[in-house]
Amino acid sequence: MPQAGPGVSPVEGVTYVGIDTLQEQTRLKALRRGYTFNLLVVGRSGLGKSTFVNTLFKATVARRKSGEEEPLPSTTEVKTVSSSLSEGGVRLNLTITDTPGFGDHINNENCWEPIVSYIEAQYGRYLQEEQKVDRLLHIPDTRIHCCVYFIPPTGHSLSSLDVEVLQRLDKIVNVVPVVAKADTLTLEERAAFKERIRADLSDHAIKVYPLQEYEDLDDAPENMKIRERLPFAVVGSTTWHEIHGKKLLGRRSNWGLVEVENKSHNDFAYMRDMLIRTHMQDLIGSTAERHYENFRRARLSTKTTSKVNIVNGQDTDHMEDLNESKI
Amino acid sequence: MSTDTFSNPDMPGYVGFANLPNQIHRKSVKRGFEFTLMVVGESGLGKSTLINTLFLTDLYPDRVLSSAQENIDKTVKIDVSTVEIEERGVKVRLTVVDTPGYGDAIDNTDCFQSIIQYINEQFERYLQDESGLNRRHIVDNRVHCCFYFINPAGHGLKPLDIQFMKQLHNKVNIVPVLAKADTLTKQEVAKLKRKVLDEIEENGIHIYPLPDCDTDEEEDYKEQVRQLKEAVPFAVVGSTTVLDVGGKKVRGRQYPWGVIEVENPNHCDFIKLRCLLGTHMQDLTEVTQDVHYENYRSERLAKGGGSPLAAAATAINNNSHSSTNSLPSKKQINSPPVVGQEKDRMVMELEEKEAQIRKMQEMMARMQAQLQDKK
Repeated sequence: MPQAGPGVSPVEGVTYVGIDTLQEQTRLKALRRGYTFNLLVVGRSGLGKSTFVNTLFKATVARRKSGEEEPLPSTTEVKTVSSSLSEGGVRLNLTITDTPGFGDHINNENCWEPIVSYIEAQYGRYLQEEQKVDRLLHIPDTRIHCCVYFIPPTGHSLSSLDVEVLQRLDKIVNVVPVVAKADTLTLEERAAFKERIRADLSDHAIKVYPLQEYEDLDDAPENMKIRERLPFAVVGSTTWHEIHGKKLLGRRSNWGLVEVENKSHNDFAYMRDMLIRTHMQDLIGSTAERHYENFRRARLSTKTTSKVNIVNGQDTDHMEDLNESKI
Repeated sequence: MSTDTFSNPDMPGYVGFANLPNQIHRKSVKRGFEFTLMVVGESGLGKSTLINTLFLTDLYPDRVLSSAQENIDKTVKIDVSTVEIEERGVKVRLTVVDTPGYGDAIDNTDCFQSIIQYINEQFERYLQDESGLNRRHIVDNRVHCCFYFINPAGHGLKPLDIQFMKQLHNKVNIVPVLAKADTLTKQEVAKLKRKVLDEIEENGIHIYPLPDCDTDEEEDYKEQVRQLKEAVPFAVVGSTTVLDVGGKKVRGRQYPWGVIEVENPNHCDFIKLRCLLGTHMQDLTEVTQDVHYENYRSERLAKGGGSPLAAAATAINNNSHSSTNSLPSKKQINSPPVVGQEKDRMVMELEEKEAQIRKMQEMMARMQAQLQDKK
């Protein structure tokens, strides 16, 4: 319904133009096209990555392991699974990328390289398509919008492997660190562990999402709250239990039931809210506007053709590209 | 109890050697026992907490957890702490060997070298002491038991675990332990145990076999041992915090959704592990002496070979009762004991010098390898 401005009478004011229907038009167009979200999960095996992703989207979206046994790949592999989810008329093309073999070997040197090259390959593919003379109207977006990094719940601090990988990933993709299998730690242990991890992250200048430098002022207080809770200590489960007539997702053991959606048990609800309900669009946007642009700038400035736009400053380039980009 | 200690008219023909076990018992209680336990596993698996829980002491009062910066370039260290514990008059000198840094680096191919070296050093020292002149006070620092902590995340054994156990199962008694078992539900624990045992068998690893009991033992004891055998690997949880659960004081971990009690057999296998240590400490020591140490000794002597060592060995043979070694060279040499003792001392010194030279050579080789890596 058209909203009346302050100096206009409510019913079809004379000065009513109709600009506000833009939002509705955009929404309808986007609905028709559907959204794309690409999630990358990185972590050693057995940390509950697939279960977590399935819990997040309440559907089996992660790669299903064929039978019980899958031989350990000799290097880190990158495997993707795509699915299409639909809710309230909104369609989401979801791609989950998994990294089996990461960190599981005796010698884990360079086990992050396949991951880094995969992320950059997606940027490369987008760039190539963008640069074509006859390019598609809507370039298929396979760029990774968010990387969830699973930290093993040792209770001590980040391991040297974690530090090495995070230092490389935070520059090319939005990284959200997560403490896996948080039901191993009591609440005090969790708080102490989180503090130590935050100290480690700042010691090594690892920037995790949400990034402080690029946020709008409106989002700042909310992001501050999220940052205080980082890294999220999560528990995943796809089994339903019935307690007092209510159906709950959780893990049951002899001494109690860990509820996934219970905010006092773990941070799953906070993580889900951030990832899906409040920050998903920002994740997609910041990947396109920031990480992809960084990649593009680096890639193009290494080419010595005359077609290269000399980089003046970060902001002007940013403005230029914003103007050129399609909605 | 009879007043006359020398004859017992109720039991004619009673000589009294049925009293032997008591004599041995009294003597060994006075002497005290020595036990060395090694704990191996990645950091953060609860090793220190479990040790403190098992022995009800705080073996690491000044412990400071390292930050990630300090974790980089950390090598495996061997931390030895000794504590004397006493229970009902029985004294045990317990040595706990910790291995911080195991499995923490990015490249872990060498992380068990220092552990193997430590175990070999203890065997070597015992061998030297045993071959020495004064054998009255041999200190037994050999590792009698190794608790290997398996990460409950993951689906069974990791490549590092398999490598470690393959290299060490002939040197020490390995008892696999599933750490932080409160992460797992009961079905997950059962599945993981089966998986671990299957993988152990597939790879031909010999973990410490709990001995079957003789058929003339009591039923309770047999049942206890049977349960112990079935529970391997033990899924344990450690805690030194005492909580109040329903009026009772128990040691456990408090979560928002419940409390896991360490000493509750339905919650975890901690009691069984403690029972294993209690009932099988003697057996662990014996197996170390009879199997692992003998393996080491025969390998070492076959390698070290030649006359000096063999001469020393024969001298020992002549002095002590027959032992179970089967080296052919020993039977050939028959030096008289008197002259032999003189030779012994010189031979011992020679041996020591040889061992020293060998150690220095190894160190140099290692330093060279490091230099090569740095390049």
